[in-house]
Amino acid sequence: MGGFPILSVMTFLPLAGALLVMLVRAATAGSSRGETSAQARRAVLLAAVIISAATFAASVAAFFAFDRSATGYQLVEQYAWYGPISYKLGVDGLSLSLVMLTTFLTPICLLASWNSIDKRVTEYVIAFLVLETFMIGVFVALDLVLFYIFFEAGLIPMFLIVGIWGGKDRVYAAFKFFLYTLIGSLLMLIAMVYMILAAGSADFEVLEKFAFAPEIQTWLWLAFIASFAVKLPMWPVHTWLPDAHVQAPTAGSVILAGVLLKMGGYGMLRFSLPMFPDASAMFQPFMFALAVIAIVYTSLVAWRQTDMKKLIAYSSVAHMGFVTLGIFAFNDIGIQGAIFQMLSHGLISGALFLIVGVVYDRMHTREIAAYGGLVSRMPIYASFFMLFTMANVGLPGTSGFVGEILTMVGGFQAATWAAAGAALGVIFSAVYMLTLYRRTVFGEITNPQLSDIKDMNLVEWICIAPLAALTILFGIAPNLIFNLTDSSTTRILSLMAGGQ
Amino acid sequence: MLDITSILMTVAPELWLALAGLIGVLLGAIFGERFNSLSFKYGALSLFAAAALAAVHFGGGEAFGGLVRTNTFVNFAKVITFVLAGVALIISEGFLKRHETTRYEYSLLIIFASLGMGITLSAADLMTLYMGIETLSLSSYVLAAFHRDSARSSEAGLKYFVLGALASGMLLYGASLVYGFTGTTSFTGIAEAGVTTGALFGMVLMIVGLAFKISAAPMHVWTPDVYEGAPTPVVAFFASAPKMASTVVVANVLFTVFASAIDQWQIIVSIIAGLSMIIGSLGALVQTNIKRLLGYSSIANVGYALVAVAAGQEFGAAALLTFSTIYAVTSLGLFAAVLAMRRRGGMVEGISELGGLARNNPVLAVTLSVLIFSIAGLPPFGGFFGKFEVLRAGLGAGLVPLAILVVISSVISLGYYLKLIKIMWFDEPTERFERVDVSVMGTVLLCSVVAGAVFMVFISELGTGGWASFAAAGLAN
Repeated sequence: MGGFPILSVMTFLPLAGALLVMLVRAATAGSSRGETSAQARRAVLLAAVIISAATFAASVAAFFAFDRSATGYQLVEQYAWYGPISYKLGVDGLSLSLVMLTTFLTPICLLASWNSIDKRVTEYVIAFLVLETFMIGVFVALDLVLFYIFFEAGLIPMFLIVGIWGGKDRVYAAFKFFLYTLIGSLLMLIAMVYMILAAGSADFEVLEKFAFAPEIQTWLWLAFIASFAVKLPMWPVHTWLPDAHVQAPTAGSVILAGVLLKMGGYGMLRFSLPMFPDASAMFQPFMFALAVIAIVYTSLVAWRQTDMKKLIAYSSVAHMGFVTLGIFAFNDIGIQGAIFQMLSHGLISGALFLIVGVVYDRMHTREIAAYGGLVSRMPIYASFFMLFTMANVGLPGTSGFVGEILTMVGGFQAATWAAAGAALGVIFSAVYMLTLYRRTVFGEITNPQLSDIKDMNLVEWICIAPLAALTILFGIAPNLIFNLTDSSTTRILSLMAGGQ
Repeated sequence: MLDITSILMTVAPELWLALAGLIGVLLGAIFGERFNSLSFKYGALSLFAAAALAAVHFGGGEAFGGLVRTNTFVNFAKVITFVLAGVALIISEGFLKRHETTRYEYSLLIIFASLGMGITLSAADLMTLYMGIETLSLSSYVLAAFHRDSARSSEAGLKYFVLGALASGMLLYGASLVYGFTGTTSFTGIAEAGVTTGALFGMVLMIVGLAFKISAAPMHVWTPDVYEGAPTPVVAFFASAPKMASTVVVANVLFTVFASAIDQWQIIVSIIAGLSMIIGSLGALVQTNIKRLLGYSSIANVGYALVAVAAGQEFGAAALLTFSTIYAVTSLGLFAAVLAMRRRGGMVEGISELGGLARNNPVLAVTLSVLIFSIAGLPPFGGFFGKFEVLRAGLGAGLVPLAILVVISSVISLGYYLKLIKIMWFDEPTERFERVDVSVMGTVLLCSVVAGAVFMVFISELGTGGWASFAAAGLAN
């Protein structure tokens, strides 16, 4: 405690940036209809990229201030706020890695909007920066109510991003996204209020040590999982995701897949396991079943898609099934794998949505049938696409492999049948991803509009290349992440054991 | 022993309002038309002064041989309601001027309605209670029909009056039963006599009558019609100050008079709360008129407030004050925003008229969105803390089904709140609104800043552990 409040600065820097953009906009609103000129548009986007890059720098600073060998929460800031609620921030390896994923992806998303967002850019970057604050807040909050505030407030900017800058059915998708997520989180709110009443505190560290009676745990666990299952998403409450993904603008899809889904997995690791160990153990087979259904069923659904984004969206649901499998294996290898899978999926699915965005910006269609033969016109694009296709399939040497194999090994130790089912999903993922790749990239050019399509431009390079580098880096040297998340995994497991 | 100073201090806000109202009548009689414009400032200042008087003697006291008793609980409500009534009066002037109905009677009616609220809140006797409620109601009927040339306004006033009279009759009938079975009209006397089966009948009838006044289901049917028909500034007043005063009065009566019968009224209030939440949020889903929509939304919100009431004094008193304060401020801001919906010299009330507001008038769109998200109970805005308090009270008292109903109703209500957001932000712009009065825009801004940010940052000052807790502690004495 004491010292420089690096976490608060990092969390609220984007919000401050958003206010700044808003003020500048208000000050210049009278003088020019700035929106229309491309120059003003770019200036706003550039400012937002700089703000989010500064946030990333802050998270890197937090990373260096963080002691990887110590257990427990670090860089803690705590101030009394309201009754049992306090403003308490802190990170462990789990949350810090997810924070870095968030701060890393946000500037890329803003940059990816360089050419694709041409209306209401000021509002766009404000929504994005506000969203970034809420996303970081979710991962650094160490107080139930503070966590809930960030968790739920993030719905508002995301709702606007999908609803204003989305595709044709954006209104439907935005409403579905909002209402699905809301009903889950409100049930969680009831459970949280109950916990605060029972334990007299909203502090994570107190609640982790507070032993709830087993029958109470069951109800609390169900309420929490209602929220996280929607967010992750798990079958059968995943149906909002394909709609939201398809309708959201490219950057919105990247953030949805890259960060928002991870809140579900984060929540399970932060609440379900350490705070309700008995209930978690009781529901283990149930969660395994849901995970396997998600992996197998949504992989098959993904195979039948004709829309590129929808295919990747369903593949996200399948990959999140591995996360559930790893988390509920309750062993070191499974949980490490689940965390790794979340980070890896954040990079890979984010990159895949960017890849789709590249051709969407040129052709304004996401129909797989409209493409074919891209390799002869866009060789560099085809190479990147190949890399991320393979990473999504789980090819050794990419980060996708590490996550899948570890969660499966973890799952195997807990329940053989679950790992066997999940392994099917690996095969299916090769089927649908390779089909997608073949139909879009190989073959003859059948669509005449494709004849003069241009390869990736500089901005797209800047967006996609870092993701590619990290995907390979983490595939070769996964210890970079395990070193960070090791102590928090051990801690979660010891809290579970202490509770049982 | 007659301590005249103490008595005067106890009834000072009401005494002052009565005096201000009567002087206003005289001024109107003397200056006639010339007083019209000035009367709004006169009324608002009187109301603010009354709020100050209630704040000065916050601890409360007893007067008139136990007919009137105040404590921190009711004084808290008085301060808030008088201030809100004053603000509601200020934003009315521009509207009335444009409709050529700037008459000083308007201000005086608001003063008398506020006097009624003050008396009801101070009541420690069934007689005082009834007198206060009628003063409030009669002024409200006239206010609803203030646009006497408009058929809609007259209809609203008449409907309000006929149904309101019925409800007053029930309240009175219930009060007489309670008197008949306990032999006293004094609150403490009834509480000491204990609630017999006969008195229980009286209590139920009284709850029915009071439920009408706060527009709780199933006594809510007048609300959408009156909200739609009555002039908008009047609705802004109805939806804020009297709403808060009446819910606090319900709580005051149940907590002090019928404290021993909590097992009985907890069920009744829970049912009323549940019905109000569900009927209010389902009803609002299909509305296309923004005033009707907000009318239904207010029914749902009364349901949330009643959850705090049903939780009983120990858990619910502070939560009720917190929730009602945040709700009343937000509600006033919302109706002030409706006042800003003017086009080609007339008011427009269809929700589709807000189309593309984010492009035409970003400031109004942002502030209105904050108010909507706040009333929907979404974090990080103030409304969330109100709902949080209500949930905490409900769960603290073990009312789990009711807490789940709060959640269901919140999700349903997001259906129409989001529809408003969608219209403002997603849809294509329609014609711009006319220039908004400074007072109206200022109120929208102020309310959205207070509801959106101030309540969040200073929630520990307002809610549990803060002023609301301090005020609720006054009930225990």
